[in-house]
Amino acid sequence: MVTIEVNGRELKAKAGDMLIEVTDEAGIDIPRFCYHKKLSISASCRQCLVEVKNAPKPLPACATPVMEGMKVFTRSPLALAAQKGTMEFLLINHPLDCPICDQGGECELQDVAVACGSDASRFVEGKRVVPAKNIGPLIATEMTRCIHCTRCVRFGEEIAGIREMGATGRGEHMVIGTYIEKSIDSELSGNIIDLCPVGALTSKPFRFSARAWELTQVEGVAPHDSVGSNLHLHLRSNKVMRVAPKDNESINECWISDRDRFSYQGLYSDDRLTVPKIKQSGEWQDVTWEVALDMAAAGLQEIGEGEQIATLVSPSSTLEELYLAQKVTRGLGSNNIDYRLRQGDFRLDGAEPAFSWLGLKISEIENLNAALLVGSNTRKEQPILAHNLRKAAVSGAKVHFINPLQLELNYTAGQQLTTPAGMVQSLAAVAKALGATGEGAAAKVIDKAVADDDAKAIASALKDADKAAVMLGNIAAAHPDYSILCVLASVVANASGATFGFLAEAANSVGARLAGAMPHLLPGAKVAAEKGLDVMKLQKLPRKGYLLLGAEPGYDFWDAGLTRNALESADLVVALNTHTSPALEAAADIMLPIAAFAETSGTYVNTAGEWQSFRGAVKPLGEARPAWKVLRVLGNLLDQEDCEYTSSEQVRDELASLCEGVMPDNSVGKTESADLQSAVDGLIRIGDVPPYALDSLVRRASALQQTKDAAPAAICINAEEAKKAGLADCDSAVVTQDGREATLPVSIDANIPDGCVRISAGLAGTETLGAQFGEVTLEKA
Amino acid sequence: MVNEVCLRTLDLDRPWLLEQYQSRGGYEMLTRILKEKTPPEEIIEEVKKSGLRGRGGAGFPTGLKWSFISRNAPGQKYVVCNSDEGEPGTFKDRDILRYNPHQLVEGMIIAAYAIGATQGYNYIRGEFWEPYERFEAALKEAREAGFLGENLLDSGFDFELHAHLGGGAYVCGEETALLESIEGKKGQPRFKPPFPAHFGLYGRPTIINNTESLASIPMILKEGGPWFADIGVKNSGGSKLFSISGNLNNPGVFEIPMGTPFSELLEMAGGVKGGRKLKAVIPGGSSAPVIPGEQMMDLTMDYDAIAEAGSMLGSGAVIVLDDTNCMVKVLERMSYFYHEESCGQCTPCREGTGWLYRVISRIENGQGRQEDLDLLNDVAARISGRTICALGDAAAGPVAGMLKHFRDEFQYHIDHKKCLVGAG
Ligand SMILES: Cc1cc2nc3c(=O)[nH]c(=O)nc-3n(C[C@H](O)[C@H](O)[C@H](O)COP(=O)(O)O)c2cc1C
Ligand code: SF4
Ligand code: SF4
Ligand code: FES
Repeated sequence: MVTIEVNGRELKAKAGDMLIEVTDEAGIDIPRFCYHKKLSISASCRQCLVEVKNAPKPLPACATPVMEGMKVFTRSPLALAAQKGTMEFLLINHPLDCPICDQGGECELQDVAVACGSDASRFVEGKRVVPAKNIGPLIATEMTRCIHCTRCVRFGEEIAGIREMGATGRGEHMVIGTYIEKSIDSELSGNIIDLCPVGALTSKPFRFSARAWELTQVEGVAPHDSVGSNLHLHLRSNKVMRVAPKDNESINECWISDRDRFSYQGLYSDDRLTVPKIKQSGEWQDVTWEVALDMAAAGLQEIGEGEQIATLVSPSSTLEELYLAQKVTRGLGSNNIDYRLRQGDFRLDGAEPAFSWLGLKISEIENLNAALLVGSNTRKEQPILAHNLRKAAVSGAKVHFINPLQLELNYTAGQQLTTPAGMVQSLAAVAKALGATGEGAAAKVIDKAVADDDAKAIASALKDADKAAVMLGNIAAAHPDYSILCVLASVVANASGATFGFLAEAANSVGARLAGAMPHLLPGAKVAAEKGLDVMKLQKLPRKGYLLLGAEPGYDFWDAGLTRNALESADLVVALNTHTSPALEAAADIMLPIAAFAETSGTYVNTAGEWQSFRGAVKPLGEARPAWKVLRVLGNLLDQEDCEYTSSEQVRDELASLCEGVMPDNSVGKTESADLQSAVDGLIRIGDVPPYALDSLVRRASALQQTKDAAPAAICINAEEAKKAGLADCDSAVVTQDGREATLPVSIDANIPDGCVRISAGLAGTETLGAQFGEVTLEKA
Repeated sequence: MVNEVCLRTLDLDRPWLLEQYQSRGGYEMLTRILKEKTPPEEIIEEVKKSGLRGRGGAGFPTGLKWSFISRNAPGQKYVVCNSDEGEPGTFKDRDILRYNPHQLVEGMIIAAYAIGATQGYNYIRGEFWEPYERFEAALKEAREAGFLGENLLDSGFDFELHAHLGGGAYVCGEETALLESIEGKKGQPRFKPPFPAHFGLYGRPTIINNTESLASIPMILKEGGPWFADIGVKNSGGSKLFSISGNLNNPGVFEIPMGTPFSELLEMAGGVKGGRKLKAVIPGGSSAPVIPGEQMMDLTMDYDAIAEAGSMLGSGAVIVLDDTNCMVKVLERMSYFYHEESCGQCTPCREGTGWLYRVISRIENGQGRQEDLDLLNDVAARISGRTICALGDAAAGPVAGMLKHFRDEFQYHIDHKKCLVGAG
């Protein structure tokens, strides 16, 4: 520690820290443009010049390490003259038309200019003009406004891990942009909107729709992955105008994914459900809440037998919603509730940990020295976690993946590309290389495995690392042999001394378990005396009545075709949803409009087990109501006991008390069945869920839907397999799965292993197909 | 007392060949060092004693720079030679590369030995095709003779040297931009500290010196530091290559002792062309403030004398201007250069150099305003000392000098919308 003096005030600081870090900490304001706490230092804008005693020239605070006894003046005549000088230079070529700039009112340049600019310009020459560039649907550019701070450039190199923006040209002709006119495709790209101090990079969906001072800011929690990124929602007249990150060092730092930033557009899509509707003689009619709820309650009561009722809930629902959904369901005498809509293998039920989690804090990921990710496209599934993983990899961690897709990574990692059945074998081989034998199903597969060089490399990386983790991702969770992958991953972790963890799929996957939204678990992770049926059985053995919460048939289920059949044959389908769709309208009998993201209060439990509550930021659209209220009223109408909540906090607190003492725990028990359900004779479908097909909201976020990651459904297959099937790129082909068909374009993709065909799920055109992972046949259309 | 160090083989037929260089004792010093395993500290000590100051422009003591490298630090270290020679008026390193490349090679090997580097680069100005070929040829000869490669002369010391042709940017002569450029990146100066001695090429400890500095090393060690120091004067050891150009009868490169009167140098260069009046001299490359002719005739060519006169010796590029030159035009030409060559990284230089150029250009074109003169001084002052590299200072430097000594010409342009020189 050293002691320095800034403007006469004594400050303690860590030797070697940059002056600006110390003054920021102490709340002393030094203007800056290029400096950003999360980026490398470029020291190029020269706005942060300050006077340091005994230094002949003003020094940049962002690049001057503090030293014992240093005396600094941030507002002395010398410092101010230097800051003013820089400001004048920055403004000579900057347009002075703030009223027509989208950044106006929240512009760092404007702010500093007010503080240390002059009221008239001495510059009488012509100003520089730089053409705007089209860099995709998310970010608008006005490069004439660029002040060359290079924050966006450094963000690409250092955070996003892909160099998308760069500087070309010299001197005054230096231009920031993509080298060739191309879109910015990083899943974190929107952060450069926040980073850009001026109006050069702004939000394309938002720009010119509101002024910063018209917006009110409230806090929120991101709804699309299990990270639980903290948000700032910017509102005007009861509308979410845009979304920005809220700093939380232990979760999302100061970043959010594009999905969390731009999904709000889905709130205002045309197919938002805004009034309760009932189907009468095949026609949808708008009704009052009273009518709709009465009908729903009566319908459910009419079914009579509890086990004929199934409640299928989206894991993006809030804790309160999930808790009440199970309460109402169990109140009807049914344990048939499940949130695992995209899971296909339930052999682990009972042996699976109740409060499963990441196994680490999110901020601990960057300290890992080795990681093995099984069935995970982390960058697209949990972008912020992937950023943390990248930090670890960049500082030397050995990261390996076992996947049925070759990933485009932004760091070096080992990737084992194999079929779904091959994934089981590869993981078993790692276990074998570690000398583990396992029990039950694990023992059987490990016994047959061969510890090849790849397996040995992974094994020794995990074993030799100080801190290592083995983690299962979304692809693993949807894998037909999830139960075996899970036990094997746990064996590998135990044998190598690594932490075992789950990269939970949705915002509240972990919360759903705690809330008891499972057929065999009650709230507070208590084992149910009487087990209900899992989501798969609830569809294979169709029930008479279904209650759907936030789940869209055709898109949100493991086997879309199966869901359709089950719902079609039911007597009653009550759907609580934010949006409507043809598939939902076909399946449902009653549609109850519920509050969407930002419209309801609630709680999410992220993959690190952290409870984060939020308040409703805006009123629900139209007549939509928060789902917790709808479920409470339903409970009342069904004469259920203890359903008199007046606030969502009350619901949460009740659940919290049930969860008291429940600790996160990833210990996996033993399973017996080692049948490989993923072993097929022909081609197997890889039905991953693309990032912008994840839930009702993002599927309707129009800007995100124009990005590269929102490619329409296609049959992606490698050249070799395409040849075998007699297909060529851009052909149209018929996929047949479980006797159901879809016609889709063929796309040759070297990232797909032999024996596989990637037909992503959750996309228009795949509603008729079967399991996310299951055998398919292809035929030229 | 001319051509004693870097150009000492100039009188030979095809002096760039290895055999010719060896006929004058070339590589003897290196051989001795490798045979005797001279302690590196001794070499650095000798260089310190020589008073050699960096010939690239900044004049930093070379021996001191070498001593900043921690010789025993593990890992790769580099020696880099700066042959970018982009400063307008400078063309001395070109002659070293053309006529005495082996002395540079020998100097670089010795430098590498002194700091424990095993790899070296010579970054040669992009337009220097012939010098580049000469240097490559010298490398080949040296490699074949066992002076480069592994286990030099059985000493156990390895050193490989590569030539790298630049892409034509002046700023790549700035040492850290040069390193970036070798690394294959956009040629932009780095913020310092850290200096190259700690964080240089590929982040490794590196010494980077000018061609002339490195080519002086073999003679300094052969004849001893004090011998070299005594050639020159106090604070300016040795002899120096001056590239003298402009309105002269015999422009060229002259190696003369530091402290030689300017008048003698002017005489060597054949005097002012056509016997015209010496109007002004830019004594150290285009970034050095101008000195009026009469004052210059009384000065000696060494660091202190030129500095006292308010300018700098820089790289020893002497630009001689006779009375036909319009100083507004001269300044316009120079400020255009800096405006064009700024890398654009830091605000004052990126924005300020263009501003300076445009204002000067306006004055030159008869559209000057009275307030422009103060504005020019002010803009220049706001650039200098506030940039990442010295290009900003270089752009600002000439402005103040010109306005100080030739303000009347600028005033005339503003008042009469035409040139005083042409009008006279
Ligand atoms: C814009 C700029 C251009 C430069 N160009 C050269 C050059 O062409 N050759 C050179 O030796 N030094 C040049 N320098 C100086 C180098 O940065 C550095 O000081 C020098 O190479 C160090 O070698 P020395 O100590 O032997 O002089 C330049 C500096 C600046 C700021
Ligand atoms: S676009 Fe914005 S962030 Fe990027 S360099 Fe320009 S001003 Fe900085
Ligand atoms: S002073 Fe000029 S050349 Fe040097 S780093 Fe700054 S912008 Fe680039
Ligand atoms: S903030 Fe320090 S130079 Fe830009």
